[in-house]
Amino acid sequence: MNKQIKELIVISGKGGTGKTTLVSSLAALAEDFVLADCDVDAPDLHLILDPENYQSEPFYTQVAVKDEEKCSGCGQCLDHCRFGAIDKDYSIDPLACEGCGVCEFVCPEGAIRMEEEVSGHSYLSKTRYGSMAHAELGPGGEASGQLVTRVKENARDLSAEENKELILVDGSPGIGCPVIASLSNADLALIVTEPTQSGIHDLERIAGVAQHFGVRPLVCINKSDLSELNAEEIENFASRKGIQMVGRIPYDREIVEAMVNGKSIVEYTRGETVDAIKGVWEKVRANLWNVED
Amino acid sequence: MKIAITAGKGGTGKTTVATNLALALSKTRKVQLLDCDVEEPDSHIFLDLNLQSQEPVYLSRPKVDQEACDSCGICSEKCQFNAIAVVAEETMVYPELCHGCGLCTLVCPQDAITESSHKIGKIEWGNEDNIKFFQGELTVGDPIAPPIIEALKEKIDPSEISILDSPPGTACPAVETLQGADFALLVTEPTPFGLHDLEMAVEVSRKMGIPHGVVINRYGIGNTDIKGYCEENAIPLLMTIPDNREIAELYADGVPFVLKKPEWIDRFTALVEEISSLVQENK
Ligand code: SF4
Ligand code: SF4
Repeated sequence: MNKQIKELIVISGKGGTGKTTLVSSLAALAEDFVLADCDVDAPDLHLILDPENYQSEPFYTQVAVKDEEKCSGCGQCLDHCRFGAIDKDYSIDPLACEGCGVCEFVCPEGAIRMEEEVSGHSYLSKTRYGSMAHAELGPGGEASGQLVTRVKENARDLSAEENKELILVDGSPGIGCPVIASLSNADLALIVTEPTQSGIHDLERIAGVAQHFGVRPLVCINKSDLSELNAEEIENFASRKGIQMVGRIPYDREIVEAMVNGKSIVEYTRGETVDAIKGVWEKVRANLWNVED
Repeated sequence: MKIAITAGKGGTGKTTVATNLALALSKTRKVQLLDCDVEEPDSHIFLDLNLQSQEPVYLSRPKVDQEACDSCGICSEKCQFNAIAVVAEETMVYPELCHGCGLCTLVCPQDAITESSHKIGKIEWGNEDNIKFFQGELTVGDPIAPPIIEALKEKIDPSEISILDSPPGTACPAVETLQGADFALLVTEPTPFGLHDLEMAVEVSRKMGIPHGVVINRYGIGNTDIKGYCEENAIPLLMTIPDNREIAELYADGVPFVLKKPEWIDRFTALVEEISSLVQENK
């Protein structure tokens, strides 16, 4: 019988709070899982996990292309494009084009065609911790949300094939389309924040997004000793919102050292930081499988 | 001159550089600062000023008249974003996928689709002394950020210098911010993640033909690969900001470090002079 697959997504709202380094540590601690790197815009997990890709698939998006011969200069495309992708001289800016196809539809001369363009790749890989689904969006690529959805589908297929019980997802920063796509169907969102005024502000927004889409958030504070006052403010916010805190991870230069060596800190060393991360994982695990703490 | 402060990776210090740069310049001239990271706008935390004015930003969203709709499904076939579908005789719009392009309204043979405006966020602004500050904010739960960035950029007065704090990454919101910039200042940190994401940011700037240079923040941690990368690729390394507990603590408390370390005012002013001459050279 197939196990019920759980999906844990690690997000941060604000970038640079240590989301990916934490995911790499959780990968070293968890069992029976597959990984998904949904930060398709700036994927970094592979730098620590060193995956061996065994399958690569191009990701296509549409882009408008114009046949100058046929263009009569009527300006219909310019009037209708809502993305500012048609210039005053009716040329198309491929970077601004969202590939919606409106211009193709409205052009009376049939001068515009939608063409497929490779805007990224998705991968299936093996890592030292098991299988991983990931992707990379080319610079300036559109439709990051759709590529995230593909990575999640790939991860689900992998977990079903391998009969795993957990999908561990590295989410993307921000609160926009890629994050929303990566939240879909998640069971639990682990929010990694830092005790700074910006961290607090961004936490409030990302927690709101998780709750808006019906995913229960947990919060952990990274670099927690940077400011005790701010750390307390985060804990107060969480308790007001009924969000469970799952730990504090101290600021530790060894995390970067481990990264430079292509390792997660859990593999690299022992001590206070590693113990704190283990504590976070225990609490998250208990929440995923509703085990008593 | 428009300077976009950008980075492939989040959390490298874009906001630190943008706010300190704006404050340093404001000692001697007028400056506009735009927080284009509308998903997580944080610059205001570092500026003590009142946002007196605001404007809503709307995106159009299709609405289907179920009576007129005969479930032909052409809208859903044409929509590039899988945002509209006929489900059990009812045509539904998925707002978290809709880009508001208007194609479904145009293609519907029954004219069953109309559009209405949906508020996706707002822009706000205020000024104090020499700084004119603008910020945008995407509503929690709404996915599409670029129209808010566009609305922000419409506020720019081209006769004065403007500094744009860009969202992280290299996808649509970052590209929208970079569009039309005279210079991209790429802020990174000296780690393998920082280098990987910097390479992507450099590629976007190149693709868009925007001259660019690098600032290394938290200089002293990690390794020195970024310096080597800049040299090899002839990308000017314009500034390094040391990894320093005091700077980190000031950041944590929302205090721009130029206020406590005035020697940085001259450094940021010199940075802008260097950027101007790089922009001139490029012209
Ligand atoms: S496909 Fe859409 S976004 Fe691209 S140029 Fe045409 S109308 Fe504009
Ligand atoms: S407006 Fe565009 S994106 Fe939205 S449902 Fe219609 S065709 Fe799809």
